[in-house]
Amino acid sequence: MQLKPLARSLAVALSIVVIAGCSSTGGTQDGDSYGSQDGSSMGAGTSGAGTSGQYGSTTGSGSGAGQQADSRIPEVRTIYFDYDRDSIKSEYESAVMAHARYLRANPNAQVVLHGHTDERGTREYNMALGERRARAVQRFLNIQGVSPSQMSVVSYGEERPAASGQTESAYSQNRRVVFNY
Amino acid sequence: MQILSKVWLFCALLFISSTASAQLTIEITRGSDQAVPIGVVPFAGAEGMSEDIAQIVQDDLERSGLFEPLERSAMFEKPSQAEEVEFGTWRSLDVRYLVVGRAQQSGNGYQLQFELMDISGQRRMIGETVTANANDLRGAAHYISDQVFEAITDIRGAFSTSIAYITAQGLGDNMQFGLYISDADGHNSQQVLTSDQPIMSPAWSPDGRKLAYVSFESERPAIYIQDVATGQRVQATSFEGINGAPVWSPDGRRIAMSLSKDGQPEIYVMDIGSRSVEQLTNSNSIDTEPAWSPDGRSLLFTSDRSGGPQIYQYSLGSGETKRVTFTGNYNARARYSPDGDQIFLIHRSSRGYQVARQDLDGGRLVVLSDSTRDESPSVAPNGTMVIFATQQGNNGVLSAVSADGRSSFRLPAAQGDVRDPAWSPFLN
Repeated sequence: MQLKPLARSLAVALSIVVIAGCSSTGGTQDGDSYGSQDGSSMGAGTSGAGTSGQYGSTTGSGSGAGQQADSRIPEVRTIYFDYDRDSIKSEYESAVMAHARYLRANPNAQVVLHGHTDERGTREYNMALGERRARAVQRFLNIQGVSPSQMSVVSYGEERPAASGQTESAYSQNRRVVFNY
Repeated sequence: MQILSKVWLFCALLFISSTASAQLTIEITRGSDQAVPIGVVPFAGAEGMSEDIAQIVQDDLERSGLFEPLERSAMFEKPSQAEEVEFGTWRSLDVRYLVVGRAQQSGNGYQLQFELMDISGQRRMIGETVTANANDLRGAAHYISDQVFEAITDIRGAFSTSIAYITAQGLGDNMQFGLYISDADGHNSQQVLTSDQPIMSPAWSPDGRKLAYVSFESERPAIYIQDVATGQRVQATSFEGINGAPVWSPDGRRIAMSLSKDGQPEIYVMDIGSRSVEQLTNSNSIDTEPAWSPDGRSLLFTSDRSGGPQIYQYSLGSGETKRVTFTGNYNARARYSPDGDQIFLIHRSSRGYQVARQDLDGGRLVVLSDSTRDESPSVAPNGTMVIFATQQGNNGVLSAVSADGRSSFRLPAAQGDVRDPAWSPFLN
């Protein structure tokens, strides 16, 4: 899986930026290895807030180092989804948060969220599922304080697969939302 | 409302080309055990013709699944007109019907004379002389197939119809898409449009003169309407979000579509003349893939309002919606049979995504296809066959199955993916 090293380094970078003790290693739903790393860094940034706060304001402790990072478009620009799901997996929350910070710090920046599905099922229905994924990311960013005017959504459904073939590996690479600046 | 009342565009993307890079061929994949044995004798005087008329007729009839043609090698007599047919000879070959004919050069083309014989009834059923242009011999052959088919089955033949379909090659950001039209047997494919952005969901106008389709050429989906003969086209929609799944009303004045401009995709109807849209569905769920009933009074659509996708029917008169499918947890992209009594759809079975048929007023859902990655069923205008997209190896191919599921054939392309077929209405 190509994204794994990126996600890992981002999680590490985040934990440096957000210097705070983590009291919890929870926050993951899937329980896979790099998901829990992201989960802990998420938890660190949102100390004490409730469920909604987890997606709420995370700035404040960011300061200097954070602003430097926010001047560049985050490197991880593709996040992946489970079959038939539009929920943002915990392992990608930090990646989406990085985009939220970037967009907040750069109010003139515009992002088009491209939603994609795997090839199974009918084309126009998949178009709707792809849009649902992109809108889930849009909602997440909006809750993070990104202005709606900076975001738009285009679903490509199953029309632009990133990987070919009828394997779970190909399918999982195709179920994605891509951040296009 | 941001309807673009754009002028007709002569788009740079448009190429009408007769070179067929996506030529389709036919493979019969399943023959019906109830097919009627028929002989199609090679036409006399056909030497030097660019097309084998009798072979085209024979292939058409075989593809329908209703006929089992006699091998040419088994024909030890080659009659070319009714008076020459020895009924006993053909009865001994277990042939029920026989097509004989002859070709005669005439000006820039041919006179094709054919006759259909009922072997068991020992009579001539029909006969006709067809004037054929030298460059439209296939069209003439399909016309003969139509006459033979209708004389025997009492069902109008659909061999002289067309198929629109989409081709795709490449991956991710490097893809090429094409919109093509070919004869119903896959021959004579003509490129209508190419783009490096997705093209999808072609839909024929009821008069067969126009196609509506979705193109992402502006880097977002929009519905276009294109005149097939002239190539002239117009952008019909440019709403925020999904502009998808166009289908024409039977009177050709309106297009039903799925738009997500106000949130979730909903079914809308656009008046083509005024470009005004009316919202039909209003649910907090996905509503897409509309299909117009042949009588114009209702629409089928896919909705996940109950959880997974199921087929619903919206009545234009009453505004009422009722659920149509209840078998399994994935039923989508339905199309009506021409008589409006049955629907064809994609059903997720334990084996995969398959073409299925169900009576509209309930009844059992019947899986028709053997393949398991099926999409986009489209019904022939005479209701006898359903064409759809499926996978063969790693390639998308077109396949067709008879409405009764007894026979099927495939139309593989030389390269790339072929998908999203739309069977034209009767032409001419």
